[in-house]
Amino acid sequence: MSGMNKQGRPTSFAESGGGAERTTFTGNKGLELEEPLIFERDTKGACGVDLDEPEGYQPKIGKFERKNRIGLPGLSEPEVVRHFVRLSSKNYSIDAGLYPLGSCTMKHNPRLNEKMARLPGFGDVHPLQPEQTVQGAMELIDTLAHWLKTLTGLPAVAMSPKAGAHGELCGMMAIRAAIEAKGEGEQRRRVLVPESAHGTNPATAALLGYKVDTIKGDGNGRVDLEALREKLGPDVAAIMLTNPNTCGLFERDIIDIAKAVHEAGAYFYCDGANFNAIVGRVRPGDLGVDAMHINLHKTFSTPHGGGGPGAGPVVFSEALAPFVPLPYVVQKDGVYDLIETEDEAEADGTSPFGRMTAFHGQMGMFVRALAYMMSHGSDGLRQVAEDSVLNANYVLASLKDVMSASYEGPCMHEALFDDRFLKGTGVETLDFAKAMIDEGYHPMTMYFPLVVHGALLIEPTETESKQGIDLFIATLRDLVAATKSNDKERFSGAPHFAPRGRLDETAAARKPILRWQPEMPAQAAD
Amino acid sequence: MSDIRFTDQHEWVRVDDDVATIGISDYAQEQLGDVVFVELPETGKTLSAGDEAAVVESVKAASEVYAPVSGEVVEVNGALEDEPAGVNEDAMGNGWFVKLKLSDASELDKLMDEAAYKEFCDGLD
Repeated sequence: MSGMNKQGRPTSFAESGGGAERTTFTGNKGLELEEPLIFERDTKGACGVDLDEPEGYQPKIGKFERKNRIGLPGLSEPEVVRHFVRLSSKNYSIDAGLYPLGSCTMKHNPRLNEKMARLPGFGDVHPLQPEQTVQGAMELIDTLAHWLKTLTGLPAVAMSPKAGAHGELCGMMAIRAAIEAKGEGEQRRRVLVPESAHGTNPATAALLGYKVDTIKGDGNGRVDLEALREKLGPDVAAIMLTNPNTCGLFERDIIDIAKAVHEAGAYFYCDGANFNAIVGRVRPGDLGVDAMHINLHKTFSTPHGGGGPGAGPVVFSEALAPFVPLPYVVQKDGVYDLIETEDEAEADGTSPFGRMTAFHGQMGMFVRALAYMMSHGSDGLRQVAEDSVLNANYVLASLKDVMSASYEGPCMHEALFDDRFLKGTGVETLDFAKAMIDEGYHPMTMYFPLVVHGALLIEPTETESKQGIDLFIATLRDLVAATKSNDKERFSGAPHFAPRGRLDETAAARKPILRWQPEMPAQAAD
Repeated sequence: MSDIRFTDQHEWVRVDDDVATIGISDYAQEQLGDVVFVELPETGKTLSAGDEAAVVESVKAASEVYAPVSGEVVEVNGALEDEPAGVNEDAMGNGWFVKLKLSDASELDKLMDEAAYKEFCDGLD
């Protein structure tokens, strides 16, 4: 069997002691308001707007007129408002508190970014508008592209990818195009991925039809250079390396790695998810990187996931620059132009591998990211990297006497612990994480990276104050002490104070309820 | 008990005449935790030793089950598709995955016997 996860994460609901919950008549818990699905709030005939039935109305679409209800629930305006406000109050977000999810860089989204993104000239433009009417927006894309290239020391950038993994795909497609242009497409079929890489890296390589070959670690959380050298050969297309890696460590041998990869005729893809740890301090281009995506929603503080679409521009070395996908912005004599077709690209001297998206990318994220860069300046961005590393090391140093740090020495932007400190307590990493929810914290990343047992990966980010981090550290120390006391109930079945207790993941996967049905009232939501 | 062999990837194989029954070990189901999904091959498919024979998924991870020996798939345990918990309940028995018509019995010699596999697992934790 491959990829067997031996990280000890318990999967059995019954053994976790979950299930029992104290309830009230309404289901509400004080100010924690219970909210059914909007379809369960349906009152037939209720509507936000009262309009009289039109008299003598003759439909013009004849037999195509709809005969049945389309199944929208009937609610008044205040009911709709309350429904969504109540749901939003159940969401834990970076605006609500510390969000130490390792490798995700959940940092504050400055309100200045939001203000800039709402300027009508940016917020109200449409991608199909004539180019001469959106010159300012195109200048902004070009300016952001300039700073991304400057900060990474690489000469080209694709702005259109919509998120990190999409950026990886874009970078690897450029690498594939470069290999095919050299006539080596048939020969180079293998992609090397260290075991400490992001999980999306092997997925990206596999999606493009490459054979994924794992490189062993050196036992200290980094790539084993010798193991890498042994794997290199004329059939290798690329290496995909995350730096700093998911153990929160800088790959010290990165220059030698790049040299070895290039000598073998392969390309170096760097996963830039953790660029926030080195921005303004290290230029990946100087390290020999050929392609790297930059998660604007991590390093450059644009909202994550449900908070807004991501953006994953990819920077490229000289060798890959000609293959940058369409469309891209060029400037000539102060006029901005979007290169959108292969003919236009040919005239511009490039040979794009194709197109990743319909339009030019996430405009709203570009505005926010540039606002973040401009408001920080070069000294400010350098301090971002310094403070993210300082905060993570403060967490590491403050907890390593009671929790088990996985590796010796300081870390970069995130601190990695494993579950040795829980040994013999009967508490598992999963229980520990659930108990953190009761304390009002989003848990850290757990059971990842896979290279350590029962991992707890904490990334405080640079936007947390010392006071905030001190409270977090004190909370974790208290929890660790509780694992060694008789207060095991704090962990078994936790969370106790969340809107829902421990969910039965196994039952949800084995017998999922995928669709709400009218004849299944309230418990459908449980 | 008939002769049972193990791979270092935690598959087991038990041979009756020229039919090999294949499953995952008790150690493997323990490590995976509650199994929530099993994908089985088509009967009639020919597998070489080391080929992907099935996929098993728990709440933690999805893993491939490799064919420990070469042969043609003659039967699959379709019951697992509806009740994947069967893998956890009886990994070494009713939780079997596929039956292969052996094409090269000598491949069995390369696999571990029960004692060697137990020693192998003890060395893993």
